[in-house]
Amino acid sequence: MSSPVNSVDTVPDTLPIRRSKRRLRPASWRRTMAFWALMGPLAFGLLIFFYIPMVWGFVLSFFQAQSTVFPTVFVGLDNYRAMVSDYYFQQSLVTFALFALFIVPTTFALSLGLALLVNAASFLQGFFRSVFFLPTAVSYTAASIVWRMSLFNGLPYGLMNMLIGFFGVAPISWVASVNPPWYWLVLVTVRLWLQLGFYMIIFLAGLQDIPRNLYEAAMVDGAGSGWMTFRHITFPLLRNTSISVLILLLIAAFQAFDEFYNILSGGNVNVARPPLLYLYQVSFGQQDFGHGNAGSFLLTGVIVLFTLVQGRLFGFGSSDR
Amino acid sequence: MDAMREQQRQFLREIAEEDRIRKSQHMQVLRLIFIHLGLIVSALLFLLPFYIIVRNALMTQPEMTAFNWSWWAKQTQWENLTTLFTDPSAPMGSGLLNSAIIATMETVGQLLFASMAGFALARIPTRWNQAAFFLVVLTLMVPGAVTFIPKYIIVSQLGWVSTLQGIIVPDLFSGFACFLFRQMYLNFPQELEDAGRVDGLGYFGLYWRLSLPNSIPLFIALGVISFIGSWNGLLWPLVIGQDPSSWTVQVVLSTFITAQTIDLPELFMGAAVSILPLVILFLFLQRYIVEGVVHSGIQG
Repeated sequence: MSSPVNSVDTVPDTLPIRRSKRRLRPASWRRTMAFWALMGPLAFGLLIFFYIPMVWGFVLSFFQAQSTVFPTVFVGLDNYRAMVSDYYFQQSLVTFALFALFIVPTTFALSLGLALLVNAASFLQGFFRSVFFLPTAVSYTAASIVWRMSLFNGLPYGLMNMLIGFFGVAPISWVASVNPPWYWLVLVTVRLWLQLGFYMIIFLAGLQDIPRNLYEAAMVDGAGSGWMTFRHITFPLLRNTSISVLILLLIAAFQAFDEFYNILSGGNVNVARPPLLYLYQVSFGQQDFGHGNAGSFLLTGVIVLFTLVQGRLFGFGSSDR
Repeated sequence: MDAMREQQRQFLREIAEEDRIRKSQHMQVLRLIFIHLGLIVSALLFLLPFYIIVRNALMTQPEMTAFNWSWWAKQTQWENLTTLFTDPSAPMGSGLLNSAIIATMETVGQLLFASMAGFALARIPTRWNQAAFFLVVLTLMVPGAVTFIPKYIIVSQLGWVSTLQGIIVPDLFSGFACFLFRQMYLNFPQELEDAGRVDGLGYFGLYWRLSLPNSIPLFIALGVISFIGSWNGLLWPLVIGQDPSSWTVQVVLSTFITAQTIDLPELFMGAAVSILPLVILFLFLQRYIVEGVVHSGIQG
């Protein structure tokens, strides 16, 4: 009874020790293997589809790269110089600046307003929140169809034209009219409809983080009116949320492409061309990858600079979150 | 005499107090009315475009472009749906299929690779962690859309222009999602990991059996955000999908706004069909989406 057990015991007793002497590696080596097995796919992907393209694009920006990505003519900073002095590129930056100057504060104020309204609702709160949030699911392309083909259709059957028709105003061709530039109204309202709910949700989360007893304390101290509590409690305590929203809005405005492409295409696309749309046309319309890449690195530089400056201004990072 | 005057004063004070409360209650009611009025008006404005899409999608062209506004089609034109899908010039069917494949694969891939890497960065200490984390964070500095020209170069060299993998593969790797997963796994209780080790789990077991099931809300939140993003994306599919066979539903729609050769109700039906899956997803998963938005908002 005991002998087979013993024999079984003795055999593995000697073997694994010898085996482990040959096979066992330091624990740190096994850890490194596990680390790279899990980290590897993402690291490899980022290498191939982020770092190599960025380096390649950066190199291309110093070459004459018309219709080729293996250029031979080194031109130094010429592409950058050309882009900086390119009238259309400058115009696209001006377009962005005008667009951002309007859309960032407007979206900020309206989404905060919606969040305050929803937060104060005493019935159907969930319903209202869902309604304002739902457009986030819609693409710029689908929304552009509604805005361009129906709401702001230049013909008399467009909804806006019917509305102003009630007041005896003649139909306006919203998209095609350059003077006054009514197309801005179309571009701005479509973005507001699509974005407001998204930022409202962020503000709502911020509002719900504010401790209730602060408001009760304010009531006791006699801060009765809604404006006083907003001015002295709500808004200061939303500081971190506000900074996040401002940065997100600015980056989103920088990357504007879809609604400009869809609403202005086929007509006066050149009247308002954000940087991304211009770079798209340079790179894929004219197949000029040298200038296209130079432009996109300039743009990246501007975005990074803007975010850093904005962060400094509002003291991002030193926050007490 | 003094006592009576005092009593009288007390009484007057109480009346004044009651009056003040009643007034503030009136104010309160008025405030609530205004708030709800504002909410209802805004809600109607927000719902208007949805209504327009459905109304136009179910009308005939003459009815839609008539000068007299009608709220609904005299006869609901469900045929517009068949017209849309049988139109040889608008590859709507393949567009929907492409979009579904692209959005699903991008979502699954992003979540898988990002959560694996996030786990490795947070829970497997090696001398590579800091360097790898730095490389991930560096990608967050550059807004995604700006990289489309350099990314196109690589895709064209791989011979992937006008293919689905050309659209999908470069977008499988999300530094942002990895960052969020890392933060999440850093806060994972050490006791749970120790318990897992006692049960004989290695690093893969800890990832697959413990960390993953415990971060399902983050998976759903990021997953829905990523799905919406890739379903609705236009610029990248537009750059890569140069042949109609690789067009996504957004590219199809965008092409037909510009082409203007299509029936208007057909175009609106296309918009309706493209929105419907996401609206359904939205209504079912709203709680998680809100969470995802808050996560991505906090990232800044």
